[in-house]
Amino acid sequence: MADSGARLLVADDNKVNRLLLGRSLEVLGHRVAMAENGRVALEMLRRERFDLLLLDMEMPELDGFQVLEQMVADAQLRDLPVIVTSSLEGVSNVARCIELGADDYLSKPVNPVLLKARINSSLEKKRLRDQQKELVKRFATSEVAQDMQESGFALGGKRVTGTVMFSDIRGFTTLVESQTPEETIELLNTYYTLMFDAISGRGGVVNQMVGDGLMAIFGAPKELDDNCGSAVQAALDMIELIDLFNVQRVAEGRPPVHIGIGIATGDMVAGYTGTQTRATYTCIGDAVNVAARMEAHTKQAGRPILLDGATREAIGERFVLDALGEVVFKGKATAVPVFALQMPGRDKL
Amino acid sequence: MADTVIDPAIFAELQEAAGADFVGELIATFLEEAPQMLAELRAAQAAGSADRFRRAAHSIKSNANTFGALRLGEMARVLELGGLITDTAPIAALDAEYARAAAALQELSGG
Repeated sequence: MADSGARLLVADDNKVNRLLLGRSLEVLGHRVAMAENGRVALEMLRRERFDLLLLDMEMPELDGFQVLEQMVADAQLRDLPVIVTSSLEGVSNVARCIELGADDYLSKPVNPVLLKARINSSLEKKRLRDQQKELVKRFATSEVAQDMQESGFALGGKRVTGTVMFSDIRGFTTLVESQTPEETIELLNTYYTLMFDAISGRGGVVNQMVGDGLMAIFGAPKELDDNCGSAVQAALDMIELIDLFNVQRVAEGRPPVHIGIGIATGDMVAGYTGTQTRATYTCIGDAVNVAARMEAHTKQAGRPILLDGATREAIGERFVLDALGEVVFKGKATAVPVFALQMPGRDKL
Repeated sequence: MADTVIDPAIFAELQEAAGADFVGELIATFLEEAPQMLAELRAAQAAGSADRFRRAAHSIKSNANTFGALRLGEMARVLELGGLITDTAPIAALDAEYARAAAALQELSGG
């Protein structure tokens, strides 16, 4: 209906059909644009946003089948609902439309009552799909959302070599006690915004936020050329952003915040864990535990960024590191070498 | 098969759904476009292009049925399904039926 503000595209090479269908849709309260063949329709679909395509099959230049084929191959257009309006002869042709992803088929001349029902149903389906995508985006990262859209959701994971990062705010409990809960929420929101920018800017994916801590993965679900370098660079960006944030905080008479970051690299299983109804994207593997321990160890070490041996090896000479010797972490049988990233002029936590 | 050139029930339904004024405009558009479709059908036959022939017959069929010109629609449908032919008689018959349908539509939109 009118308040739905649906924007429809009619693709038909025949002027009478185009005008009549356009009229019927306007009577139903929709806004309508027209394309006189498949090629023009695809150009318009790629340029402007539409809620639904009404597609004729017999068209010059690009016919309806070719339009459907190109839409399936295009991630941006794959989910756009299509109602085929045609006077195609033969059930096999109709079946072919549906197989190619058309939601529905209306034979011409189009019955106005059926038209209304099919359009409303398609738009409703699209609305639900969009809503779902929105929700997924809010509660998962866009990379995870993309991965889910492309490969579907399935519990279980795949083996990858990735770099894991843990980060949290040092002395957070004391900080919380010194300010109102509203101030804490505001601080956390700013903090997460800055950290997300730094991490996603280097191709990483934040997959967990707990209190003042976060976990990020570099190399899954999206493969990266240089997991380790990206993670280390992201860590440096994070520290730099926090320093800038602190300048502002101190100017406002608030205490500065400090973060600790632990990074480790190794083989892990990345995928969805949980249940069919409630799951999260995460990584399981020794590197995850090591990264978490490294992050906790930044406090004792007095250095903001700590790395494990595998990460150090991969980044080579690109960053200056101090070997802090081997440390036996809680829950670990053997000692692990720990390296601290040097930051000129800012070595102290 | 309808005896009348334009099926009155289908035409009335069209007017009710789209509005009589709009149907008047639609008829004017059809009378402008149809001669080109018929010309395309003959040109496709002369050029031996089965695709163009089928598409032109398909368009005529589709529009004829919209207005309730069922006999015209059926004749066009036979051509669409039959594929390219060399015989020009069916096309001449289609022309004649179109002339009758056009006259009837003109009268309906004028009245």
